[in-house]
Amino acid sequence: MSAGGPLLRVEDLRVEYPTEDGVVHAVDGITYEVQRGRTLGVVGESGSGKTVASLTTLGITRGQGARVSGRILFEGRDLVALPEGELRAIRGNEIAMVFQDPLSSLHPLYSVGFQLVEAVLAHRDVSKAKARERAIEMLGLVGIPDAARRVDDYPHEFSGGMRQRAMIAMALVNDPKLLIADEPTTALDVTVQAQILDLMERLKRELDMAIMLITHDLGVVAEMADDVAVMYAGRIVETASAELLFASPEHPYAWGLLKSIPTLSAPRDEQLVPIPGSPPSLIHRPSGCHFHPRCPYAQPDHARIDPALQAVPEEPGHHVACLLEPLTRRRLWAELRAGRMPDEALAAVVPAGGAS
Amino acid sequence: MSAGAGPQPGPSPGDQSAVVATPRGAQPGGDEPLVQVRDLVKHFPITRGIVVQRKIGAVKAVDGVSFDVQRGETLGIVGETGCGKSTTARLMMRLLDASGGEVRFEGREITRLKGAPLKAVRREMQMIFQDPYSSLNPRKTVGSIIGEPFAIHGLEQGRGERKRAVGELMERVGLNPEHYNRYPHEFSGGQRQRIGVARALALKPKLLIADEPVSALDVSIQAQVLNLLREMQRELGLTLIFIAHDLSVVRHMCDRVAVMYLGKIVEIGPGDALYGSPRHPYTGALLSAVPLVDPSASRGRRPTLAGDVPSPANPPSGCRFHTRCPKAQERCSAQEPSLEETGTGTRAACHYPLTPLEVAEIGVRSAR
Repeated sequence: MSAGGPLLRVEDLRVEYPTEDGVVHAVDGITYEVQRGRTLGVVGESGSGKTVASLTTLGITRGQGARVSGRILFEGRDLVALPEGELRAIRGNEIAMVFQDPLSSLHPLYSVGFQLVEAVLAHRDVSKAKARERAIEMLGLVGIPDAARRVDDYPHEFSGGMRQRAMIAMALVNDPKLLIADEPTTALDVTVQAQILDLMERLKRELDMAIMLITHDLGVVAEMADDVAVMYAGRIVETASAELLFASPEHPYAWGLLKSIPTLSAPRDEQLVPIPGSPPSLIHRPSGCHFHPRCPYAQPDHARIDPALQAVPEEPGHHVACLLEPLTRRRLWAELRAGRMPDEALAAVVPAGGAS
Repeated sequence: MSAGAGPQPGPSPGDQSAVVATPRGAQPGGDEPLVQVRDLVKHFPITRGIVVQRKIGAVKAVDGVSFDVQRGETLGIVGETGCGKSTTARLMMRLLDASGGEVRFEGREITRLKGAPLKAVRREMQMIFQDPYSSLNPRKTVGSIIGEPFAIHGLEQGRGERKRAVGELMERVGLNPEHYNRYPHEFSGGQRQRIGVARALALKPKLLIADEPVSALDVSIQAQVLNLLREMQRELGLTLIFIAHDLSVVRHMCDRVAVMYLGKIVEIGPGDALYGSPRHPYTGALLSAVPLVDPSASRGRRPTLAGDVPSPANPPSGCRFHTRCPKAQERCSAQEPSLEETGTGTRAACHYPLTPLEVAEIGVRSAR
């Protein structure tokens, strides 16, 4: 089944919500690919459009007054143009999704087993008994102890980690080719998070599926992703392989993310360099480079010119949307990585005038 | 949406300056710890029946916790959901009444204080909460939220004076004093947490307890608040208790760290010792579970802790961690270990502490 080309290719996707206050540009012309059997990590803060982008892939943003344009090519079929009926045959079947909060994504009044059986029967023409067998098999696969008995438990009888396992079992029950996981471990404790990440990694290998992992946690991305896309204000501002992105990030926003979190491997008293200001409104976006009001390195003309995603010289597969000179960027990151503050960052921060 | 709530150049004056932990400022009071917690216990009853309630059990949220907090230091408390870290904080603040044990603040037992003496103690300790959205009254202006402590404690010296004091506080935490008359919804999450900090600092407390102060904030905003807290601590000589589940954040912020599991402290010690050579297997497991921000280092998967945290209503016998502990022996389920010196700087409650070799397996991950 491994035909050439990416499993998922998203081209110039835009999702807009007209509201009383103006049009919310939730996703603003993003292009990316998910390769077969690989994990794409999508990083961004709340309001960066990462969740809307993934929901649109499944057609879940349809009929909410959203305006969607662009193409979402899943094995060559354009999901944006697909009628609802055909999309439903793909959703939960070839493309499945795991959400952040397992308690509110499981129906509290039906047993876990019932909900898994329902997922099987929606897409497979099998008997109820067979579907139940499959449900038990999946619960066992995701590490629910004594699955044959626990299958009849209700969601409230499961712990948080077990619920997320059940969600993953439900998502994988039909052998999807692509799993979209939206902050799958954010609600979990670290030790349980480690279990779930291990589980996803193992299942990805065993079932040969691709994962689109949406998260704000750079540690989770570093651990799981083969490729990374960084989103800011509805756009992708940088994409690269995980190695390249963490070793030589190019976008000042990516630097900001990396330098603003304490890590276990950094010196204990290393200074955190926060990104000044706060994320912009998606209705009134800053002009030019959307990041310029918060960028310590912004030049006056960055408020006018809108940067496009461009290839980084000598680094295949690395793209960045930044108006700074490549050499300047390299120098700045070298200083930041060495724990020094570049002069530009020390100088007065550009006021967030464009945001209002 | 309130994202565009006014131009607010986020960073506070000291955001750019070096933030190095320089605690233990010489302060009056000598060597006596600011806070001494001894055998603190909080059991929440589990009841059955509606009219006639019978007690059928208890959730042992905090079950015999003892530690000291020195003046000017930052003590971190880490642990997973339900380990009792927030309950411990609320007991110290007297937001909850303890079932047993004592809390001494400047040498004075406070768990049974009432009325005016309690109010006087409360002036000295303040708290910052996790959720900046629900911990501010949406119907009050920011000015009156920050200024309310003055009113509560009868420190009002006329409207002009109060407004000036609040304006000063707002400036200090990096808020624009001109926003005095705005409402909480007009501020972003990070700015709201700054309001919380300003309110907590209004009465110049000696002790500040921050309960998950950044976990509801976006990544880029977290650092702003963390830097603000460190800066305030340095300027005001605050003693800080920092409660969080994020081990990296706690390591960054704290001089000493206590690790809690099911209502007990399992290991406590200076940050460097605890993170560098943990002795309790649970500390080790927590550390090894943290994803590293380095794809080249983290590809080799480590052993993870199996299972979930048991119910605090019915904790395991002996060492409470024995049901999940990779090193557990028979003795662990029978005999409860007490906190003892480990030789590496920390005190751990474990019969079979991690060996340097076992630590090295974890250490490899964080050393790179």
